[in-house]
Amino acid sequence: MSSLVTKVKLKHIEQLIEKGKRLDDRGLVDTREIKIEQGIIEKAEGSARVFLGKTEVLVGVKVETGEPFPDTPNDGVMTVNAELVPLAHPDFEPGPPDERSIELARVVDRGIRESHAINTEKLCIEPGKKVFVVFVDVYVLNHDGNLIDAAAMAAMAALMNTKMPNYEIKDGELKIKQGYTPLPMKSHPITVTIGKITNKLIVDPGLEEESVMDSRITLAINEDGNICAVQKGGSSFFTPQQILEATKIALDKAAELRKKLNW
Amino acid sequence: MNEKSEKLIDKKGIRGDGRKADELRSVKLQVGVLPNADGSAYIEHGKNKILAAAFGPREMHPKHLAQADRMVLRCRYHMAPFSVQERKSPAPSRREVELSKVIKESLEPALFLELYPRTGVDVFIEVLQADGGTRCASITAAALAIADAGVPMKDLVVACAAGKVDDTVVVDLYDAEDKLGSADVPVAYMPNLNAVTLLQMDGVLSPGEFEQAVNMAMDGCKKIYTLQKEALKTKYMVVKEVEE
Repeated sequence: MSSLVTKVKLKHIEQLIEKGKRLDDRGLVDTREIKIEQGIIEKAEGSARVFLGKTEVLVGVKVETGEPFPDTPNDGVMTVNAELVPLAHPDFEPGPPDERSIELARVVDRGIRESHAINTEKLCIEPGKKVFVVFVDVYVLNHDGNLIDAAAMAAMAALMNTKMPNYEIKDGELKIKQGYTPLPMKSHPITVTIGKITNKLIVDPGLEEESVMDSRITLAINEDGNICAVQKGGSSFFTPQQILEATKIALDKAAELRKKLNW
Repeated sequence: MNEKSEKLIDKKGIRGDGRKADELRSVKLQVGVLPNADGSAYIEHGKNKILAAAFGPREMHPKHLAQADRMVLRCRYHMAPFSVQERKSPAPSRREVELSKVIKESLEPALFLELYPRTGVDVFIEVLQADGGTRCASITAAALAIADAGVPMKDLVVACAAGKVDDTVVVDLYDAEDKLGSADVPVAYMPNLNAVTLLQMDGVLSPGEFEQAVNMAMDGCKKIYTLQKEALKTKYMVVKEVEE
């Protein structure tokens, strides 16, 4: 993807990984340093900024009212959108979302949705007519690899930081009252992406590693240790054995991160 | 997922459409159905009806998208407005953009991209009727279309889904199971190379169930693979008979 990595460097990365080492002295299954800041955008109902090494993702959550989907009249709505903002990397261009940002948004969305992270039933105001709509907007501010994990983590951190307006219904009219309550959460999925380089599996690939990477596999894992979303990406394949191996690495990693983040 | 609706699998383990847990829907494949495409295929997978066409290897256009060291594969997965219950807008949805991307990435590992620098292969997939599992059926048909176009391949790519319905892991979900079931795991596979080229999942599965679903989907793939090869032979064996 990135044209900024020379052939020599590519070879170097491959040779290091063969030896079980990485460019930044990490082990193959080590995650870069994680830093999370919450509530940094006051005008948003919820927000969080995540640093994953040098990758930086900001997520803002807006809560508005709208109509539920006809097939789920008692549930609030959640949508995820991702912007690869041009200031984050020379490869990102202005314009409508391309397949990369759509995939990013949909993988983040799947992890939150399928693990039932948000208790959408509690977002119902009037069944079939009015519900709260939670807009999760992912803003990539610096691209240094593994946007999926950084975005998924930032989205969860922002949702945990989200406050919904208090309301009451008077004569069929919705009245917003003073004060806020936290967004009702049911689960806290943790997303782990594993890259494959020369048949070796690495956790949390950096940007230069991504450019040599054959394929990646992303798993979202909930607190029960169950898998709630999977996405393979990239132009190569995994053997069934590698999938099992990656699943095991992801489960261990998610448990480790869960302890560290206290989610 | 939502309310406790009626069971999708009865006491005898028979599914809503009469199948057993490990039973596939009927699959019909036809190669070379579109005269103007370099290669094409049609699949009927249960009630799914899908056309796939391949063009190339040909000059890329716009030209700046060409790669100096390899061929570029482009895929467009598209659903006809009349293919589903509620009319679907013909404009590409976010779902279709994502599926186009993962389908492309599921086919690329089968091609010798570096042998055709500066060229492009376009694969167009039109879902005429959808009934659950369209991405898988699309991949099965698209691989045949590419083969029919005469593009050398390392192996055919074949796809099948598995999932969890009423606490049972089943293969090849149809529409109702897809919507009401608790998990869906589409898998694309190259049987000769033992390589999984597409893997997605939504829903909730334990690691054990996930492994079981992946294996079940791969078994389904192997069955459809036989049909794929037969479909190619059906078109190209005819030529042989004339020769004799």
